[in-house]
Amino acid sequence: MSDLPLIQADRAVPPPAATTSTGGRGRRLRLLSRTDRVVITLMVLVPLLLVIALVWLPALATVLLSGTNWDGIGPVSEIDWVGLKNYDDVVNIYPPFVPAVQNNLLWLAALFVVATPFGMFLAVLLDKELRGSRFYQTALYLPVVLSLALIGFVWQLIYSRDQGLLNAVLGTSTDWYGDSNVNIWAVLVAAGWRHVGYIMLLYLAGLKGVDPSLREAAAVDGSSEASTFFRVVFPVMRPINIIVLVVTVIESLRAFDLVWVINKGRNGLELISALVTSNVVGEASRIGFGSALATIMLVVSLVFITLYLATVMREDRR
Amino acid sequence: MSRPRSQAEYLARLVPPSVAGLNRRSLLAGAAGTGALLGTGLLAGCGGADSDSGAGSKTVSLGSNASDPTPKDVLAKVTAGFQSSSGIQVAVNTVDHNTFQENINNYLQGKPDDVFTWFAGYRMRFFAAKGLAGDVSDVWGKLSGYSDAFKKASTGDDGKQYFVPMSYYPWAVFYRKSVWQQHGYQVPKTLDDLNTLGAQMKKDGLNPIAFADKDGWPAMGTFDILNLRINGYQFHVDLMAGKEAWTSDKVKKVFDTWAGLLPLHQPDALGRTWQEAAQSLQQKKSGMYLLGLFVAQQFNNDEQDDIDFFTFPEVDSTIGAKALDAPIDGYMMARKPKSEANAKKLLEYIGGVDAANITVKNDPGTLVANTGADTSGYTALKKKAAELVGSATEIAQFLDRDTRPDFASTVIIPALQQFIKNPKDIGGLLTSVENQKKSIFTS
Repeated sequence: MSDLPLIQADRAVPPPAATTSTGGRGRRLRLLSRTDRVVITLMVLVPLLLVIALVWLPALATVLLSGTNWDGIGPVSEIDWVGLKNYDDVVNIYPPFVPAVQNNLLWLAALFVVATPFGMFLAVLLDKELRGSRFYQTALYLPVVLSLALIGFVWQLIYSRDQGLLNAVLGTSTDWYGDSNVNIWAVLVAAGWRHVGYIMLLYLAGLKGVDPSLREAAAVDGSSEASTFFRVVFPVMRPINIIVLVVTVIESLRAFDLVWVINKGRNGLELISALVTSNVVGEASRIGFGSALATIMLVVSLVFITLYLATVMREDRR
Repeated sequence: MSRPRSQAEYLARLVPPSVAGLNRRSLLAGAAGTGALLGTGLLAGCGGADSDSGAGSKTVSLGSNASDPTPKDVLAKVTAGFQSSSGIQVAVNTVDHNTFQENINNYLQGKPDDVFTWFAGYRMRFFAAKGLAGDVSDVWGKLSGYSDAFKKASTGDDGKQYFVPMSYYPWAVFYRKSVWQQHGYQVPKTLDDLNTLGAQMKKDGLNPIAFADKDGWPAMGTFDILNLRINGYQFHVDLMAGKEAWTSDKVKKVFDTWAGLLPLHQPDALGRTWQEAAQSLQQKKSGMYLLGLFVAQQFNNDEQDDIDFFTFPEVDSTIGAKALDAPIDGYMMARKPKSEANAKKLLEYIGGVDAANITVKNDPGTLVANTGADTSGYTALKKKAAELVGSATEIAQFLDRDTRPDFASTVIIPALQQFIKNPKDIGGLLTSVENQKKSIFTS
């Protein structure tokens, strides 16, 4: 990636010995000064420790706790080991689990098929320097900036069955949030509303970075607008496309806030993340059971992360 | 999961704990790798905002969930009263109502305040049994003015008292006098009366029974009262303690009866908040509403005199209609208070008549537990509510306070919502509840 060789010792280029203060102390010729080594060690060590402490240990603890029935009370030594019972319970006797998995998949599909392409489309439009494009940009990006509580409230005003805007305008009495056949779609609209703005901004930034001479060359060769985009611009934007893809996957896996604000992820709005929260956080403290759910989610995330890393690494090696 | 006592609190509750506390970061990360242990560890760290202003014998700390303006103000006046009568300084540590409840486990295991707010019920007894709360039996020796029902509600499994009641509110069926006078409705005495009345209300173009269960807990009130009427108080207690099977015919009968009443309920309840349902009563679109006394908040000041209520009618004449849900709020003592003597003095004051009088004078929204208090300031509605609870043979605390919180929130709420959605498959639903109950209660 980087073109700046920080440590290229093995390249057999004569080291810039003059700048390093070897001072004849070491037996071997040192490429790096003591300060450099300290700095590099710290730069590796500190993030490493942070990652271990904040990501790996808790992840490991979650996996371990998922084999227990801890309720969050009492010392760790009193935790009972129950083996795979929690997983058995999740799959066999916990009714919200299956709908949660389905909803997460639906969420992914909806963002991937509708919201993401639409956000990209808007970015392409805005890239055309329309009049007032700043205004559209702001308007479309606003949902991403708004606080979660506010978004929940805004949509409550729109979707409320008895007092909501939507039923008043349409003259219907659809129970947007309460009918479990309808509410997931209502929420997906709200989620898409946010996601479109996010993708739009990401993609717009990428489009601004595309070398204009590419487009000019395509135009000179008689390429149409559409084929210029699909044959020239889109392939050039590969890094951004990957980011957009990853953002979409991550967003749909960690989808949580909207359903939590609406009804805590119940009654048709089950999502794995909401189930984890309702079991672990708060008074319930079914930590063992919630950890089993979290572990399942971790495994699903790992599949995507592995795929992504494999792609990126293959890219780098080329 | 106490009832929101004001619009502001309800709105504050819309903010998920994720935003209110710091759980979400760790949780979302939990999705991608971080886990529960970190979250709880961090919370334990910040749970007990210790206010140890010198372990002198002249201070006592009080952890309060009274984050709304009115209760907060009342508590400030009560503690001021205590300060002037005893000379002991009270350091009040107020935490947002919902956050307090969500973090209670970590709070009690960390450095809790000497005295803290809590509710009567299963959870109180659970903390007592786990040794997380202090025995206040000797405070009870000095208290007077409490009925046996309140003392029973303050007693742990070992027969000692761990709780001092402060206020309560009953659940009953509320209606507007003007609407009932206009149509000439009579208060129903039996289930058949209720059905007849409901049918008449439908004819008159009203929703017979307002209903909302978007938040999950209001339907527990309906389940509770039907269970109390059909199977009685002791069965309610045993069922909540996990001792009775949910697949039994007794529970089935509760759901069958409820299914029979559902057509009288406002449709599409799962998308409606209790405020919206209460407003349908206020706007004279619904005929009655089974809810707590806090329903009155949704009425304008000049409409308060128009609110009336009756206790849910009798279903089985051998059981009667004397039991009801009336959740009690009050105070508990930490397991190891910095100054036990001061903590007990504070509890004695809080349970006394003076504190009750201050509360009556300053908080229009609660009923005080101490019968010795001067209740001449009560509105007609509150007087009637106090009489209703006073005449009750048994007082239940509401489903989510009478059973394990994990069972109530992760099993019962989804199950009741499922029932409301599809009242036909009661057998399958109860089998599912029973399976989950066995798993939770044996763990």
